[in-house]
Amino acid sequence: MVNKIIIKELNLCFAKNHVLKNIDISIPEKLITAIMGPSGCGKSTFLRCLNRMNDLIEGTKISGSLLIDEKDIYSDSIDIFDLRKRVGMVFQKPNPFPKSIFENVAYGLKIHEIKDKGTISEKVEKALRDANLWDEVKDRLSSSALDLSGGQQQRLCIARALAVEPEIILFDEPASALDPISSARLEELLEELKKNYTIVIVTHNLQQAARISDWTAFLMLGELIEFNKTEKIFTAPQDKRTENYLTGKFG
Amino acid sequence: MTEGGIFPALIGTFLLSTGAILFALPLGVLAAIYLKEYAGAKKWVRIIRIGINNLAGVPSVVFGLFGLAIFVKLFGFGVSVLSGSLTLGILILPVIIRASEEAIDSVPSSFKEASFALGATKWQTIRKVVLPTALPGILTGAILSLGRAAGETAPILFTAATFYTRHLPESPFREVMALPYHIYALMTEGTKPEFQVPIAYGTALVLLLLVFAVNFIAIIIRSRMRRKRKW
Repeated sequence: MVNKIIIKELNLCFAKNHVLKNIDISIPEKLITAIMGPSGCGKSTFLRCLNRMNDLIEGTKISGSLLIDEKDIYSDSIDIFDLRKRVGMVFQKPNPFPKSIFENVAYGLKIHEIKDKGTISEKVEKALRDANLWDEVKDRLSSSALDLSGGQQQRLCIARALAVEPEIILFDEPASALDPISSARLEELLEELKKNYTIVIVTHNLQQAARISDWTAFLMLGELIEFNKTEKIFTAPQDKRTENYLTGKFG
Repeated sequence: MTEGGIFPALIGTFLLSTGAILFALPLGVLAAIYLKEYAGAKKWVRIIRIGINNLAGVPSVVFGLFGLAIFVKLFGFGVSVLSGSLTLGILILPVIIRASEEAIDSVPSSFKEASFALGATKWQTIRKVVLPTALPGILTGAILSLGRAAGETAPILFTAATFYTRHLPESPFREVMALPYHIYALMTEGTKPEFQVPIAYGTALVLLLLVFAVNFIAIIIRSRMRRKRKW
């Protein structure tokens, strides 16, 4: 097992709020790592450190080292636009652009200067197939993405992220706005995607974390309480707080 | 003055107001992008905003004098379509900036996030996501101000309008007739008021219908935009 992401002593402050405290974690390649924890524990903020989306918020201070493939992504020599191409993200609420289905998936290719029309349509088709959406939309690629159902929209957002061929995909509670059937389809898709991608998923749905992830981290009040193989976390948690959270004493 | 119909005035008004839009729309949209996406919340940005809002309340005859001093005299464009268009452009500029700012504001931040997360730069995001999404709102504002520009008399009084001509302007540096000024001229000048007054009323009706038609187009665009909007 290779560690794709290695994080040491990560600290993050928004203005005066100390949101993430001394986090040490190593995220394995081509497996699913779930980040769980009560609301406001810093799960999403942690996720957004990995593609530097926190940079967009003014007053963010970050320290520690955050290595992807042994390179510090916060060093000056990193091209942030290239980083975000390598580390894709899918958000909590499906957020397709108000464009056609095709244009949504082609967007990332176009901003990264791929101009050849044949290449673009090939890559769009592949991304849609990989996101298990192709068969449902192949006859209406030019119709608006906003006409799709919520679950389809979320898979479209995944296709959009896949199209630029990332190595890591971050999921920020991707199923929380979906109905149970769409949610199940999404979980199946995650299982398939882990063959080729390193996946980090934030969730506060414990069953979901248990079902799909290989490793699980438990975060509370900005601290990493426990990080272990998922079956160990759920069957024999080492920390009392993890156990209390899993048994529903708080949450 | 009672001869020749209002065709030159109609064309003059069309030229002046499209000229005003051609000048004010790009400038206004760029200003709105700058204020919303780049300027931040600095003190002098607040002062600029106050300036823009006050500009919208300046009496239009003052714009006319400004146009006379700057475009007609200083830049030497003379009393012409160009001077009149620029003067009208400045008059509608604050309206276009504000409409564009509102339209840009209404673009959900989740669209921008999605674009940034794919590795897009700020300018790519503005060009490919923010502007296309805001476009219907910007266009509505632009068309409404087109109607405003078509109906204004004072700004073109000293900068573009001529009393009477049977010809259309051959170049942007020529003066033109315009509907609102034509009404004013018919009511105040000339020697045959018994013929001129009915023509003035007729011209007023044409001008009203024109402005109404323009505003109607804006309303249609806005309602179609609301229906299409699903975010």
